[in-house]
Amino acid sequence: MHLDHPVTMPHRHTHSADPRRPDGSRRALRIGFGGPVGSGKTAAVAALCRTLRGRLSLAVVTNDIYTQEDAAFLRREAVLPPERITAVETGACPHTAIRDDISANLEAVEQLEQELRPLDLILIESGGDNLTATFSRGLVDTQVFVIDVASGDDIPRKGGPGITTADLLVVNKTDLAPYVGADLDTMAADTRRQRKDLPFAFTSLTTDDGIRPVADWVTERLTAWRSEAGR
Amino acid sequence: MSRTALLLLADGRFPAGGHAHSGGMEAAVASGAVHDTTSLEAFCRGRLHTAGLTAAGLAAAAATGHDPLALDDAADTRTPVPALRHIGRRLGRQLLRAARATWPCPELDHIAHHRPGGVHQPVVLGVAARAAGLTPLDAAHAAAYDSVGGPATAAVRLLSLDPFDAAAVLGRLADDCDDVAGEAADAAGRVATAGTTVLPAASAPLLDITGEHHAAWTVRLFAS
Ligand SMILES: Nc1nc2c(ncn2[C@@H]2O[C@H](COP(=O)(O)OP(=O)(O)O)[C@@H](O)[C@H]2O)c(=O)[nH]1
Ligand SMILES: [Mg+2]
Repeated sequence: MHLDHPVTMPHRHTHSADPRRPDGSRRALRIGFGGPVGSGKTAAVAALCRTLRGRLSLAVVTNDIYTQEDAAFLRREAVLPPERITAVETGACPHTAIRDDISANLEAVEQLEQELRPLDLILIESGGDNLTATFSRGLVDTQVFVIDVASGDDIPRKGGPGITTADLLVVNKTDLAPYVGADLDTMAADTRRQRKDLPFAFTSLTTDDGIRPVADWVTERLTAWRSEAGR
Repeated sequence: MSRTALLLLADGRFPAGGHAHSGGMEAAVASGAVHDTTSLEAFCRGRLHTAGLTAAGLAAAAATGHDPLALDDAADTRTPVPALRHIGRRLGRQLLRAARATWPCPELDHIAHHRPGGVHQPVVLGVAARAAGLTPLDAAHAAAYDSVGGPATAAVRLLSLDPFDAAAVLGRLADDCDDVAGEAADAAGRVATAGTTVLPAASAPLLDITGEHHAAWTVRLFAS
């Protein structure tokens, strides 16, 4: 449960979505959460909401595959008021909705921004897909890829765009490592090799405050996003 | 006119939100009405000559330069079901976003400005076609093809149909698509003098009914 290279994280300046509102103020930071089904994306989003909602104005967009399950879960858990959670339908193709045709997600994001302004942060959860599914830069400003130790400790070694290029890689469910025979040291070494200088965090989201390293990273990104506003 | 612009506009990969919609196919599959290649073809042929013809007329009329807001009202008149009106406007907004990025022009801005809630998708399609330098007949072709291309793709996903069979269905419908587009463009040519009432108003009551039902499903793959 450590966060590597917290300060050397590279900042992206290639926002294709306009970072400013029409009135010139900076819009909410948009963070995508991608990764395979069941890795802990919803758990991460829920934990972030609980941790950050006291001091930030938050909203969530979910991209469910065939239900409103994730949105319903988040509403049921009351991590945010219901009007702050929007579900986007993806027509059996979750990666299309976050990468190739982002129009429905952009609509959802802009509507939240309009109705709840001022918003600080919008978290967009992907429907869960394969290791190649990443978010378009036209939709999110920065993205987190979530995998878990229980799906095989060779996943970091296999790589793929999500693992190698995401702005933060989360390797979740470290608590399960002893039960599934996952070697965390090997996973960490493979991860470091795949990601070079990009940050990653090993987490157990079922543990108290297990979201901390991710929450710290998000806070840091938001600070950077706001300071870019002055430029 | 640029033939390539028409290919771009009619391409299922044009990022205008269509991929999440089945055009009534999901409901038809659930009821058992569509279950194989033959029933897929029957569904598509029916949709083309009803909803497709109506959409093609609206698109062609918009491509003549006729007032898109009046055509949006005409689209409402031809869309009795609230769920499908809602979907039509939502897809219209999504297409408008893609079209403004691809063929920026005051006519598309005008729609965004005057109808922030969106206008019906076929109307946007027609204005976008005009912005791309295309003719009303081109716009009608794009709308006619769109009315069957989306459902056919959805059927492949929903039924695990052989994609070659689905492509062959669309191939066999090509002449019908041309006929529908021609009829729609002819009607659109009369709108300037005779008003929007001359536009086709063919409806498919079963698509309307299942469209409204589908919107209330809690578990579904497609948004419509
Ligand atoms: N043991 C354990 N279970 C977890 C952890 N994080 C999430 N889960 C569970 O894994 C399942 C899938 O998580 P979810 O967040 O829905 O995955 P998603 O499909 O990526 O959104 C749920 O039952 C979670 O409670 C973790 O760190 N440890
Ligand atoms: Mg989830």
